[in-house]
Amino acid sequence: MIDALWGWPPPVLDPAGPYSGKVTTLAWSLFGLGAFVTLVVVFALWVAIKGPDKWKAKLGGERAILLGGVAFPGVVLTALLVWGLTLTASLTEPIHGDEMRIRVTGEMWWFRVQYLDPSGAVVMEDANEIHIPVGRPVVLELESADVIHSFWVPHLSGKKDMIPGRRTLLRIEADRPGEFGGVCAEYCGRQHALMGFVAVAHEDDDFREWYAERNERLVSAGLDITRQVESSSGSGTQGSERSTVTRTGAGANTNSGQQSGRTLFMQSGCAACHRVAGTEANGLAGPDLTHVGSRRTLGAGILPNNRGTLIGWIGDSQSLKPGNRMPSYDMLNADELEAIAIWLEQQK
Amino acid sequence: MGMGSVEHRNWKAIVAGVALAACAALAACKDPVETRREPAIGPKDRGLIAIKRAGCGSCHEIPGLDWPSGRLGPSLDGFDDVGLIAGQLPNRPDVLAAFIRNAPSVKEGSSMPPMPISEAEAADIAAYLYGLDHD
Repeated sequence: MIDALWGWPPPVLDPAGPYSGKVTTLAWSLFGLGAFVTLVVVFALWVAIKGPDKWKAKLGGERAILLGGVAFPGVVLTALLVWGLTLTASLTEPIHGDEMRIRVTGEMWWFRVQYLDPSGAVVMEDANEIHIPVGRPVVLELESADVIHSFWVPHLSGKKDMIPGRRTLLRIEADRPGEFGGVCAEYCGRQHALMGFVAVAHEDDDFREWYAERNERLVSAGLDITRQVESSSGSGTQGSERSTVTRTGAGANTNSGQQSGRTLFMQSGCAACHRVAGTEANGLAGPDLTHVGSRRTLGAGILPNNRGTLIGWIGDSQSLKPGNRMPSYDMLNADELEAIAIWLEQQK
Repeated sequence: MGMGSVEHRNWKAIVAGVALAACAALAACKDPVETRREPAIGPKDRGLIAIKRAGCGSCHEIPGLDWPSGRLGPSLDGFDDVGLIAGQLPNRPDVLAAFIRNAPSVKEGSSMPPMPISEAEAADIAAYLYGLDHD
């Protein structure tokens, strides 16, 4: 995410959708007008210092003051104000009300992401990653769990504050596929600077495929519980778990290394804060980890997501993001950390 | 008279300032996207890029990388002075590169997991850690 925000052109000048396009047009207009006014002022300065006496007299006259000092700024600034406010308002209201809706909740210091069905019920939970289809407006319901945050994907739309006790709306839309970095744009505490996310825009088919995959995972996760109870014959999920055991068993000599990552996850207290659909892990305080293995980043858009960074985060999150609410699990040994990381990698 | 020359100098400064601003504005107008690629970057630079992409800092303190600076694994500061890699392997560039890419394959039971990086990237990272430049 951090990388996605670097480089040239800066995201604010590189709109990837109609809403951010409007914001960029406004920004360039402000810049152009500002440049024009600067030139006029410099010219007036030249007249005042070096210009012909006749021009000097005109510049100091009442007419020049009224025109240049009152009428011009009055008209231009009013027009810009109306333009800016209308534009801002246009970003906050749904067009038809039947757009895809995603609820994003700012928490210190990460983003909870919930995909909603038309009735407003949560159908899928994720964190720090928002998937949207290209070419369709998406309405975001922005909320906060603690302090004021601000939601900003400069490529896709304007900024919108996330205010405790209120729900604000923001529309975003992408007109090309890609990964767009997002940040919290309102100082919200010690790790404000490390509070980010990624917005991923998919082509329509791609998006449907992604959604179907997620759905399948949820269904199979749901079935997983029944299978465990009803039969011991191999299902997809159990198969992968067996391979986890083999994998960690091979690399580890300690007793705990023989345990599967899943068991360790449940026994070490991870499940108290994290939910993994289809397992007994149902904690709601931290990010939902049902799909953590498919995420592009860890720690709220700040680290790449691979086995190494998973281990580093679980074992030592306080060195990486001091003060964040996940304690460093430094009571686990290397084999245990790796086993948990391997299990989490499989949670797509 | 004196006043006049001061004004004159001020005037020149203004002209210079405006000209400078105009040049800056013009320079900014040039499409920088094509020219952005830095001319020629060596293995060390590529190594640091790969380190950032793979997230090595999640577990290691690495010179030249302000953040992240994890403490789960050993600090990699001054790696050319290290005697044995992970206390076991000879500290040679090829061994280091192999270790960076897939530690358990060269040191059984290593707590460092295989990393999603290419062989070339591993060699670049090794070059970076040694402060070497093989160009």
